[in-house]
Amino acid sequence: MVLFIIFSLIAVVAAIGVVVSRKPVYSALFLLVNFGTLAALYIMLEAQFLAAVQVIVYAGAIVVLFLFVVMLIGGGELTDIRDPNKTLAQRLNWARLVAIVLAGLLLGALAWGFITGSLNPLQGSEAAFDQGSGQAIGNVLYTDYLLPFELTSVLLLVGMIGAVVLARPPE
Amino acid sequence: MVPTTYYLILSAVLFSIGALGVVFRRNVLIIFMCVEMMLNAVNLTFAALARHFLDLNGQIFVLMAMVVAAAEVAVGLAILMKVIRNKDTTNVQDINLLKG
Repeated sequence: MVLFIIFSLIAVVAAIGVVVSRKPVYSALFLLVNFGTLAALYIMLEAQFLAAVQVIVYAGAIVVLFLFVVMLIGGGELTDIRDPNKTLAQRLNWARLVAIVLAGLLLGALAWGFITGSLNPLQGSEAAFDQGSGQAIGNVLYTDYLLPFELTSVLLLVGMIGAVVLARPPE
Repeated sequence: MVPTTYYLILSAVLFSIGALGVVFRRNVLIIFMCVEMMLNAVNLTFAALARHFLDLNGQIFVLMAMVVAAAEVAVGLAILMKVIRNKDTTNVQDINLLKG
């Protein structure tokens, strides 16, 4: 329980850091911390394979891609929502207001359900879960989910081709 | 053992922070990072409910979502780089060629 509180606090602080950072490099590094703590939470959720894949794919590839792009493109973020030319009413246009209201609704509904105790845990069968190890996921992935697995390989191939085509120098 | 609702609340908080980041930031790279954070929050929900119902299908879905996110980031960043190089700006409000 203590571990959960520590990791969730770090995750939330890192998430806020991603959103409010001035420079994109700081946002990418806060994102890295967020992904790392999420991997730790996956281990607490008995999803060890997912935690390893999270570190390899998200923290090890996606954040690296972001940092590459930030390196090649540069920051370019000086004025944002604190634009002095706009008043507060102008900055809070309808889209931002709707986002704030919906986020508040989601958190309020969860808080209400949490307080009134209507979100109570049930129980499932322990046999097939098998601690979320690689062997258990492999058993399911290569039998029940063989077609989605092969389709993901095709998806990755298509993504690679697309990225290479987009990165070609102009003729 | 941590109750599942705690994980769901944490995931909702992360998702809301990501959504507010998408709406309030104007740098396209940071918007993309916040979208990835939202995807991660949903992955956390799936993993928490997979442990809650002791069903492995939730974790398989997280795997598929991670694969899709990886492919999407690769192609999306390639597109973003082209657009940023073309328009010479990282402000999302300057990418308005399709605006009516």
